[in-house]
Amino acid sequence: MAIDKSVIGKTGKPFTVPIEWSKVREFARAIRDPNPVYFDSELAKKECGGIPVPPTFLQVAAFWQDADSMPTVHFDIRRILHGEQEFELYKPILVGDLLTGTARIADVYEREGGRGGKMTFMVTEIEYRNQKGEKVAVARSTLIETGQAVGG
Amino acid sequence: MTSKIKYESVEIGDSLPTVTIENVARPDFVRYAGASGDFVPLHYDQTFVEAAGIPTVFAQGMWTAGCLSRCLTDYAGAGNVRHFKVRFARQVWPGDTLTCRGKVTGKNEKGGEKLIEGEVEVANQKGEAAVRGNFAVVAG
Repeated sequence: MAIDKSVIGKTGKPFTVPIEWSKVREFARAIRDPNPVYFDSELAKKECGGIPVPPTFLQVAAFWQDADSMPTVHFDIRRILHGEQEFELYKPILVGDLLTGTARIADVYEREGGRGGKMTFMVTEIEYRNQKGEKVAVARSTLIETGQAVGG
Repeated sequence: MTSKIKYESVEIGDSLPTVTIENVARPDFVRYAGASGDFVPLHYDQTFVEAAGIPTVFAQGMWTAGCLSRCLTDYAGAGNVRHFKVRFARQVWPGDTLTCRGKVTGKNEKGGEKLIEGEVEVANQKGEAAVRGNFAVVAG
């Protein structure tokens, strides 16, 4: 099936992400990170000016995006691989911040794979600004649809 | 945010703190699904993965990348990471033990900040790379 290049540049509706302490703690526990700055607000205030977030925390945006704010192409869920993920973090993100994210499809392309057959790549970029309008982060993900099931 | 590292004292080739993740288990993937909102069933639904021809559930790549990010925050302090990019090389399975490590490959002053750049990697108990990445952190 030929890929549809016209989706490149398609931008989603902006969505908000409130940075919540309970979510930060839950995320830190999930990645087995015992760093006290995520758990002790007094220490965090002293060391970081507030409770910071782990470097990959913006993955939680999945909870705040809906179909309108997440431009995508249809991939078969059984054949999806996460190829790459990148975070550019310009300014600290702290608990209490209110971020606004805007997602766009940066690229879609095909490549011949090895044992996985023909692969389709989709690169999505989400730009985040805080409540002061400052650009705080860009999250860039590359998803791959393989020709056959991904495990084993 | 005060960095834990001093630009002048960092040398190319320096090692980052190593983080060991013992005994990766299915509850790790369930916990990460809840924490991150990544509910792709490949990571917790045994019936689903078997139907797709995969022997068992495996880790979300971003769970493994999250474990790896600790090398950076243990090194420079949380809030001092400016860039983190990961590439997923192979699946992480229940029962694996992971070693997360990294080293400094460059020093760079950019936008008024003193940046330390380098490479990081997660390897399984066989020494196979599961995730490779590169990073930039701020030094004081």
